[in-house]
Amino acid sequence: MSNEAILHGSEVSTHEAHHDGHGEHHHHETFISKYVFSMDHKMIAKQFLITGIIWAILGGLMSVLFRLQLGFPDATFPWLENILGHWAKGGKIQPEFYYALVTMHGTVLVFFVLTAGLSGTFANFLIPLQIGARDMASPFMNMLSYWFFFMSSVVMVSSLFIQTGPASGGWTSYPPLSALGDASLGSKTGMDLWLISMALFVVSSLLGGLNYISTILNMRTKGMSMTRLPLTIWALFFTAVLGVLSFPVLLSGFILLLFDRHAGTSFYLSDIFLASTQKALPNEGGSAILYQHLFWFLGHPEVYIILLPAMGMVSEVMSTNARKPIFGYMAMVGSIFAITILAFLVWAHHMFVTGLNPFLGSFFVLLTLLIAVPSAIKVFNWLTTLWRGNIRFTPAMLFAIGFVSLFISGGLTGIWLGNSSLDIHLHDTYFVIAHFHIVMGVASFFGMFCGVYHWFPKMYGRYLNNTMGYIHFWITIVGAYLIFWPMHYEGLAGMPRRYLDYSGWASFNQFGGLNHFISIVSMIVFAVQLLFVFNFFYSIFKGRRVKTENPWGSNTLEWTTPIHPGHGNWVGEIPEVHRWAYDYGKDGREFISQTEPISANESEHH
Amino acid sequence: MNIAMNEQVSEQKKRIHPHKFTLWVGLASVIMMFAGLTSAYIVKRSAASWITIEFPRAFWYSTVVMLASSLTMQMALRDFKQRDMAKYRRLLTYTALLGVLFIVLQFVGFSKLWKSGTTFEGSGEGQFLYIIAGLHILHVLGGVVALLIMFLKAFSAKKKNYDAIPVEVMSTYWHFVDVLWIYLFVFFLTMA
Repeated sequence: MSNEAILHGSEVSTHEAHHDGHGEHHHHETFISKYVFSMDHKMIAKQFLITGIIWAILGGLMSVLFRLQLGFPDATFPWLENILGHWAKGGKIQPEFYYALVTMHGTVLVFFVLTAGLSGTFANFLIPLQIGARDMASPFMNMLSYWFFFMSSVVMVSSLFIQTGPASGGWTSYPPLSALGDASLGSKTGMDLWLISMALFVVSSLLGGLNYISTILNMRTKGMSMTRLPLTIWALFFTAVLGVLSFPVLLSGFILLLFDRHAGTSFYLSDIFLASTQKALPNEGGSAILYQHLFWFLGHPEVYIILLPAMGMVSEVMSTNARKPIFGYMAMVGSIFAITILAFLVWAHHMFVTGLNPFLGSFFVLLTLLIAVPSAIKVFNWLTTLWRGNIRFTPAMLFAIGFVSLFISGGLTGIWLGNSSLDIHLHDTYFVIAHFHIVMGVASFFGMFCGVYHWFPKMYGRYLNNTMGYIHFWITIVGAYLIFWPMHYEGLAGMPRRYLDYSGWASFNQFGGLNHFISIVSMIVFAVQLLFVFNFFYSIFKGRRVKTENPWGSNTLEWTTPIHPGHGNWVGEIPEVHRWAYDYGKDGREFISQTEPISANESEHH
Repeated sequence: MNIAMNEQVSEQKKRIHPHKFTLWVGLASVIMMFAGLTSAYIVKRSAASWITIEFPRAFWYSTVVMLASSLTMQMALRDFKQRDMAKYRRLLTYTALLGVLFIVLQFVGFSKLWKSGTTFEGSGEGQFLYIIAGLHILHVLGGVVALLIMFLKAFSAKKKNYDAIPVEVMSTYWHFVDVLWIYLFVFFLTMA
């Protein structure tokens, strides 16, 4: 089926609707169809991005609030009571609200920002543009995907405003806390809203993922073989595969949880005495470990759903701005593939201390440590791509290099945590917090920033302000290390996560000063992110205009479209592809676009 | 340019239609959901206090109905391709009715089971059956709704539709929910 037919819908198949190959459409668009219920993948990408930005501000603000408590456990902030009411009685964050904050911070950042905001944005934006398609395989499903995400967001936000507060049992929502309404305030309506919101989120990400996979496999332009795809597309492809195969399992887990909550089944519950009601529950035969298996079967692939798009964009931006071909293209593709496979086989390393059979655990140790191999291959290839390149230090490039730095630092501590014996000591300590924030949280944020700075000109036809970009980068990277590096030491000393106040403990109050310092840095870093947000919205309207189609001198197809591409992306025919995406610095030329045929005295890269 | 366009079209014809492909990926995702539930079942089966059930006869009848509906769906597809629209519409109706009958029979089975004392209390074979078969019913229901939409579209006088792709997508989905039920039924019978 041709791209044109996809765009126009296939109602009329009696006569092949190929007039003269005009892809640019001028069908009448209203405000609603252009900006709200848009089916243009570029607009949907922007919707995902801006919703993601709003979520990131909220989620980041939550972390500032609980860092306020952790850094200043003795102080009171009366203004907090003005904003938060009884959640901050007397200017101190209440324990229930503290749990709600860390739970929502995790949920929001993992799912709403780094899954929907990251791959929702860039899969939508880049897939059709970089493979040479007019739109997604199903623009309608694509639109639905965004609106399910939107509904999911509305439900999650509304849970912040109910009397008993949002879910507060941790972003993993382990039973029995999540299964028994009487267990805590956050286990009541907040938990139900959390589950509903997440179910909608799963639907959204499945609709999106199906579309990404089938678009990449079926709608590539002529000459765009799989091995000529930019690495961004490979990464987004495997991200979608991960999501499509793991999110449904999470949904299964949630369904059983809902029945335990409301129908009286005992899938996860057994032998429970509830302190709050002084009652023994009749539930028998259930197992909370079952939930953990179902949750982490998604939960682990989820970290790669977050990380892979960042890896793909970093590869692309790095090669473009080092003016060198990416080193080891096939090794890059192979290692993404290996990571995808391994992602499904390591989930139980989150469960080493739950009573998992140690013999079984040793297999999961081995498989977990195996992930170091493809990860190391990727790092090696990024470093060798930079090696002796003509590096242009654009903000996007800085964030790409920063990503590699963070990925190394955070990846190395993964080798510690992957050992089941070390995990006995490190489990649920700040060491874990430090590890996953660096390698998954901040690193993926860097990938996202790298993508936003690099593709902003394509999105809005204007540049982001560079000076603000540099300030944003340097304070963020220095700040990220200052926040999370010290947490490794706290974790090694055994300091547990999820505690409201450490000052009462002789073993941990030595870290009082350190916690103070971390909190101050995290506020500065948060403020700098607001600078980025300002830069983003300011530049949409007032940024320096893009004057050429290909401002970065890049090889990929999105830079062959007009500066302001319409729905359909290319005026006239979709260009044909003749070479891979990374012919930089070849035969004395700075870059050779993918659309340029291989000349007679040139050999193709294989 | 026309030649280039034709080449492009013919090259794309060799590939599977994107909508069909999307369906297959979607089915993989549905399979993962049921794989998650059935593997949870396998894990729970070896736990203490596992209670098995006696299957009411209604589930055998519903299985036969499901198989029959697959047959009528396949015949509907054949008639659509042969442009026998009256027969196509009739067979679509039969398929949808058999789908509804299947759902009714499943609920008959559920209520027999419930009356025999297997309620939501506990987490044995019965509770898993309620949830897993219940989710399967939702998938059948989705199929019935899709059938109704196709049925109404087949009556539209304005648009003559000769595109077999939607009908093929529909029939693949319908056979899938059929096979899924057979798998689940055999699973429950053998893994008691």
